[in-house]
Amino acid sequence: MNNQNTRNIQQISAAVLVLAVAAMVAWLSYTREPASAFLFPRYISIAFLVLSVWNFLRAATGIAKTGGGLDTASAMRLAPGLIIMAIYIFWLAKYLGFYVASTLTFFTLFAIYDPKAHTSLRSWLIRALVTIGFMAIMYGLFALVLKVQLPRGMFI
Amino acid sequence: MEFLSYFGNVFEPVSFMLLLGGTIGGLILGATPGLSPTMAVALLIPFTFHLAPHQGLILLGAAYTSTIAGGAVSAILLNIPGAPANIATALDGHEMAKRGEGAKALHLSFMSSAVGGVIGVLLLIFLTPVLAKWALAFGPSHLFWIAILGVTVIGTLDSKSFVKGLLSGCIGLWLSMIGYDDIQGVQRFIFADALTGGINIIAALIGLFAIPQVLEMLSKGRALADIDVITVRQQSLTASFREMISNMKALSIGTITGSIIGIIPGVGGQIAGLVAYDQTKKFSSNSHKFGTGHPEGVIAAESANNAMVGPSLIPLLTLSIPGSPTAAVLLGGLLIHGIFPGPDLFQNHAAVAWTFIDSMLIGQFLMVIFGIYIANLAAKIAQVPRSILAAGVFILAVFGAYSVQQSMGDVHVMIALGVGMFFLEKFGFSAAPLVLGLILGPIAESNFLQGNLIAGAQDGPAIYFLTGTLNLVLISLVILSVLFAFWSTKKANAALAKSEQGGSA
Repeated sequence: MNNQNTRNIQQISAAVLVLAVAAMVAWLSYTREPASAFLFPRYISIAFLVLSVWNFLRAATGIAKTGGGLDTASAMRLAPGLIIMAIYIFWLAKYLGFYVASTLTFFTLFAIYDPKAHTSLRSWLIRALVTIGFMAIMYGLFALVLKVQLPRGMFI
Repeated sequence: MEFLSYFGNVFEPVSFMLLLGGTIGGLILGATPGLSPTMAVALLIPFTFHLAPHQGLILLGAAYTSTIAGGAVSAILLNIPGAPANIATALDGHEMAKRGEGAKALHLSFMSSAVGGVIGVLLLIFLTPVLAKWALAFGPSHLFWIAILGVTVIGTLDSKSFVKGLLSGCIGLWLSMIGYDDIQGVQRFIFADALTGGINIIAALIGLFAIPQVLEMLSKGRALADIDVITVRQQSLTASFREMISNMKALSIGTITGSIIGIIPGVGGQIAGLVAYDQTKKFSSNSHKFGTGHPEGVIAAESANNAMVGPSLIPLLTLSIPGSPTAAVLLGGLLIHGIFPGPDLFQNHAAVAWTFIDSMLIGQFLMVIFGIYIANLAAKIAQVPRSILAAGVFILAVFGAYSVQQSMGDVHVMIALGVGMFFLEKFGFSAAPLVLGLILGPIAESNFLQGNLIAGAQDGPAIYFLTGTLNLVLISLVILSVLFAFWSTKKANAALAKSEQGGSA
């Protein structure tokens, strides 16, 4: 019963969020000028809003069945990965440079989610070698073959 | 027979190497559980940016075809379908592998994939120009309705909930309007600097298809089931070929079913494989053997999912309506090269279009040759731990999104859309209609505005958009697609409620 309640609450929360976005799109489309530039957005926003209300009513009355939501255990397992990704994209890449930041991120994600023993020296050595191998391929592909200039920070 | 004159382009050294690389890489990626064909093609798009248009399309086309065929390797040897299109293959393929007939199952799978694939591409070759000529007569109002039809068809058919499917399409249409209005240069829905130039399609494709799969892998944590790979002992190719020929009925049903399903926008390979499997079982005199390792099951499923590939490109190349989610990503690949698929594609870019189609035909033969020989290697690569796959795909997604315009803004947009899509998918929304809305939005809007201008000089928008035979046919199709989805959702819900009642009784 608890699971069903949590699922319903999650469905309603998602529906409210989508409804809020649809309402914002409709409000912006009908209040911004010049009107001619917002003609197409106005038509789309009506369809968006009507469908969002319908979706909300389905969620609120418990009819919405598709999508099982995200359980707490999965969310907890996902959280470290999401935090590492955010640090990499919004901070690390800028200050350390793309390649160094990517190497650290790959290694950290691999290490955190690797089911192999975290106390064995051999496992850590394998992780380090896989990371170096992967980043060497990325460097070869992007820097040498495609000649893409990736952002530099303190390092490359 | 115009297509014959462009075969030489496929055999240019760079083009052929790309075809070869795309085929082998696609087979390996396809065999890797967790990497879908759509994601593989989306991740490859940034690389095509640096290639000539026909070369880029050769790479994407080869990857599209061979990822689906490669998915059969893990379905047969690991009992894990590499792609949704291979679900039906695993039913009999793995049973065959368990009793020591892995090589035979792989041979049958690749050979029937090639037969289905060749027939599918031939349909593409002969039907596309005819439809393209017919589509030349389309005006702005028709193109507007076609764009809307593309969103509603994929929105309703590719989603389990038709309300959420259509909502995903609306979200995509809204996202396509972010940035400067093309005609008046007015800012619309710009909430951050990264959105000033609008949403870059490639960054969006990578984010919407790759990031949710990365997060899905991470949400499973460290838990990793030990996968036993069944080693393949070599067997005679000739004997496998004879076996395939002796099961001509399964091959024919699979190929015909896959071709028909491919032409219907939005249905895709998963449905093609399962429907073909089901139909073959119904028509077979050995229906009781299905599911126990019966070759007909493998032949039907694999010929169908590859026969679907060519026809799924017909509505894309003639009307800009992708026949499958992967075809939607291919549409993005065409657009970044300034190639707008549609009625005049074969007039303005005949060399690119025909070289691409010819390469798909040759790719079928390469796929069967390499598929058989690298199956064992692919199955071993398929065992790469999820932690490496997730970290690798994520870094590749970031590099790919950045490299298109050398912009960190695109990376931010990519990750925001990807994380958002992951959570939306958890509540029954799907990425394919959202992508379609994003890609077809500008096409719908520009034709809507052009139509309005024309209508202003004639009898008004209502008459212009809502009358005329073709407009009425297209509007009817839009309404029918929505009604059909509504009816099938109701039917599915009723069946679910009945089974729940049965379970609790």
